[in-house]
Amino acid sequence: MNIIVQDAGFTPETWSGAIATLDEVADESATAVDVPGDANPDDLADHLDRLALIRIGFASFADGRGFTLARRLRRMGFTGRLRAAGHVLADQYTMARRSGFDEVEIDADLAARQPEEQWRARADVHAHDYQSRLRA
Amino acid sequence: MYTYTEFDEAFVRNRVAQFRGQVNRRLDGSLTEDEFKPLRLMNGLYLQLHAYMLRVAIPYGTLNSGQMRQLAYLADKWDKGYGHFTTRQNIQYNWPKLGDVPDMLDALADVGMHAIQTSGNTIRNVTADHFAGAAADEIEDPRPVAELLRQWSTDHPEFQFLPRKFKIAVTGSPTDRAVTKAHDIGLRMVRNAAGEPGFEVIVGGGLGRTPMIGKVINEFLPKADLLPYCEAIVATYNLLGRRDNKYKARIKITVHENGLDTFRELVDARFAEIRGEFSGVDQKILAGIEAQFAPPPLRQAETTSFEVRYAADPVFRSWADTNLSAHKSADHAIVTVSIKKQGQTPGDATSDQMRLLADIAATHAYDELRISHEQNVILPHVHKSDLPAIYDALASVELATANVGLVSDIIACPGMDYCALATARSIPVAQTIATRFDELKLEHEIGPLKIKISGCINACGHHHVGHIGILGLDRAGVENYQITLGGDGTETAVIGERTGPGFAYDEIVPAIERLIGAYLNIRQSDDETFIETYRRLGMEPFKDALYGESARSGRAHAA
Repeated sequence: MNIIVQDAGFTPETWSGAIATLDEVADESATAVDVPGDANPDDLADHLDRLALIRIGFASFADGRGFTLARRLRRMGFTGRLRAAGHVLADQYTMARRSGFDEVEIDADLAARQPEEQWRARADVHAHDYQSRLRA
Repeated sequence: MYTYTEFDEAFVRNRVAQFRGQVNRRLDGSLTEDEFKPLRLMNGLYLQLHAYMLRVAIPYGTLNSGQMRQLAYLADKWDKGYGHFTTRQNIQYNWPKLGDVPDMLDALADVGMHAIQTSGNTIRNVTADHFAGAAADEIEDPRPVAELLRQWSTDHPEFQFLPRKFKIAVTGSPTDRAVTKAHDIGLRMVRNAAGEPGFEVIVGGGLGRTPMIGKVINEFLPKADLLPYCEAIVATYNLLGRRDNKYKARIKITVHENGLDTFRELVDARFAEIRGEFSGVDQKILAGIEAQFAPPPLRQAETTSFEVRYAADPVFRSWADTNLSAHKSADHAIVTVSIKKQGQTPGDATSDQMRLLADIAATHAYDELRISHEQNVILPHVHKSDLPAIYDALASVELATANVGLVSDIIACPGMDYCALATARSIPVAQTIATRFDELKLEHEIGPLKIKISGCINACGHHHVGHIGILGLDRAGVENYQITLGGDGTETAVIGERTGPGFAYDEIVPAIERLIGAYLNIRQSDDETFIETYRRLGMEPFKDALYGESARSGRAHAA
């Protein structure tokens, strides 16, 4: 059972609908989509209004494309739920939130190795943030 | 000089606390070794051949005396009493213990310093002209912009896991002393037709195994557009850069494979999206930073004591002729202190030397020091009447070597003596070349010459842009040194050309001696420098000196 991490800590999954693959995103019934790290965000441009959840996959925590993908999707106007899923570290939680993600989805093994307090230690996403000072 | 705001101070302290936690979480298994690695790298901690190495940032190369004293303190307390100044305005400690590193970082924070993003696939320490704020030929001091870029790039949420490392350099002068064309982004300050300051933006330069001179992506970027434009470049690179092969992951390959025009189109599209997020607050912060970099109030006084000593003391005169540069104020000078006494390790400074430099800066040099990419220490503002006292103090700790810009002022990477990546030794080659020409008493006769040595293909010693570049490789377990000629790291940047087959460890110094001997024979006059002779006559006479004229026909066939 995967765990959803939000600012308040570990929460159970609340999305109960189907999650389409990127190939299926044009289907009018799709309201959630899985997006791999190597996707071209422009491919989602025509569907953003319809989507309630976009889940960006992190095959490895060292592959930082997902952060820029998230920021792009927000700049393209996506206002739904944006989730980082896969190999994301507690140490990256603040980066994920500041890049536009709402939450992170991790598996039970990672949650056991990096328990809730390690994520909550990174949940004050507004503290010590150079970006917000430079853009305010 | 910039002093930390409360925000900067709190940021750095918080970052040290995070790293302390990460070290503990590595030990308790929360983080695997693979996961810990990039986290320690983005805090400056490498695992080297013999031990950990901590690389500390000296942002835009600027230090005050208190900071220099603290670097000496770190060297004594947690290292073996010395530090190594690098080609990217950092200082490296080669022997720290993992458990001590958080305390070292706290000690740095005490003086407004850090080791953040000195390694890893992040935007690295932003470097700048080491004569910034003092040079006679400067348009504007580039350091406020470098500080603004430091703030923007520090912990930038999108850019902590880039395809590969990312280096930015800024120069505010038409004379490029910051090697901007060999950086991922190079910024050269220019003015447009209306006289407004802005930047020529250069992208995709780099040395390493595929050396490339950067390309101009934007001829004039208004100063206020700097952050959104840099963000557009790095965001484009983050998605487009290759992640399948670390040797093809730098932005120079991204630009090369996609073409500059395509890359520019993508950057322009991102820039259009991002520009609006910067409402001008960044420019207000920049104005505040600029005020902090106001030049020190320069002293008015007679310079007679300098002139008297200059006329009377030939050793002082030689040092003054070699190690001083023109200051924007005529009765001041810029002093370059050579950290390369012949036979020493280029860039290594002992804690005693660091403390003496701090004392000199505090007493005679408006409390300012710089570290140059050529691994020397600069006193940027010195009234000429203080030069005799400074010279005597430097001489007392073997820091008065008159070799800046000469044959023994060699850039060398740590090489196989320290580095896990190296394939050959660099430091002993540099030491032997320096000692040899010192014995021959030819150094001043030879004149300006930049020799740069790398101990592997990653080119940390910048050999591609040396007038004479030396690259140490491993050929079936034996060190082999390739020579390149004609490289240039300035505003007229060129990658050096290979002469031909390499030389064994015991052959490389005699080969360099033959090259320089040939130059002395064929130069038109004493004023024609090595690089000028090379540009006039090309490779052939130097090949003859290296391989013998008899090898010429064979070369023709081989070509």
